[in-house]
Amino acid sequence: MEVLKSKTLKISEEKDLLNIRGLIREYAGEIGLPEIYKVKLLTATSEIARNVLKYAVSGRMTIRILSDIYKGIEVICEDNGKGIADVDSAMKKGFSTSGSLGLGLPGAKSLVHVFHIDSKLSVGTRVRLIVWRK
Amino acid sequence: MEKIPVLKIGNLLLISIQTDIYDSQGLQLQDDIANLLQRHSFRGVILDISSLSIVDSFMGKIINNIASISLVMGAETVVSGMQPAVAITLVELGLEMPNVKTTLSLEKAIQFFNEKFNRETDQDGSSQE
Ligand SMILES: Nc1ncnc2c1ncn2[C@@H]1O[C@H](COP(=O)(O)OP(=O)(O)O)[C@@H](O)[C@H]1O
Ligand SMILES: [Mg+2]
Repeated sequence: MEVLKSKTLKISEEKDLLNIRGLIREYAGEIGLPEIYKVKLLTATSEIARNVLKYAVSGRMTIRILSDIYKGIEVICEDNGKGIADVDSAMKKGFSTSGSLGLGLPGAKSLVHVFHIDSKLSVGTRVRLIVWRK
Repeated sequence: MEKIPVLKIGNLLLISIQTDIYDSQGLQLQDDIANLLQRHSFRGVILDISSLSIVDSFMGKIINNIASISLVMGAETVVSGMQPAVAITLVELGLEMPNVKTTLSLEKAIQFFNEKFNRETDQDGSSQE
């Protein structure tokens, strides 16, 4: 697997979410990702980035164009926040420690082709997403 | 941060979201609509989102909140122009919008309310006879 392009953007304020969306749109355009996959990836990314602002305060997001059998876009989101105590629970629909909808993580997972989450209490959280242009 | 304008047209509130918005603008919009509904009696809220390229769970929650507040204040909420990709994404995200009616376009939303109000005046007329 080859990485054709890669860029890392910070997440520390709401404005960053719009920059991230902009870069994903740019990369999606470059590989000709169909609209529906683009919207799904943008939505999943928005959920993950918003979680960083809400629960970890700040972090960073690396967005890459991958080339394998297919081309695709990979999003790696990392923060050094408080981490998630119970990832299995956090992945369940409706689970939220902040009284919001609890759809972010499970929703993001169902919107992309590849979803990985690693989290360690008081170390941080890393989420990786890929959408392939099949 | 720029406010999203809320237009008053007869007994309807019309909001057209033109670009992707900040969370704070969404929350402000929710408050503005709630205030207007409390102070005057509106019968419908039309939220045109034809220019919105994504609706995530936060924005979805704001739309649901607007619909719930409207319902309590006797107004119905119609979301118009939701792009097909957005609609599909919302379903996969698991976000339901129980109190929201959707129409393909803003025109159809206005037509929906016109027909609804006409039906009601017809009924009022006949019950008085
Ligand atoms: N980056 C993160 N750092 C710490 N905790 C997180 C992070 N992302 C998610 N969480 C935890 O996982 C829970 C579920 O997240 P999510 O599915 O997005 O729902 P919501 O944000 O509505 O609570 C959150 O309530 C929070 O406790
Ligand atoms: Mg969330």
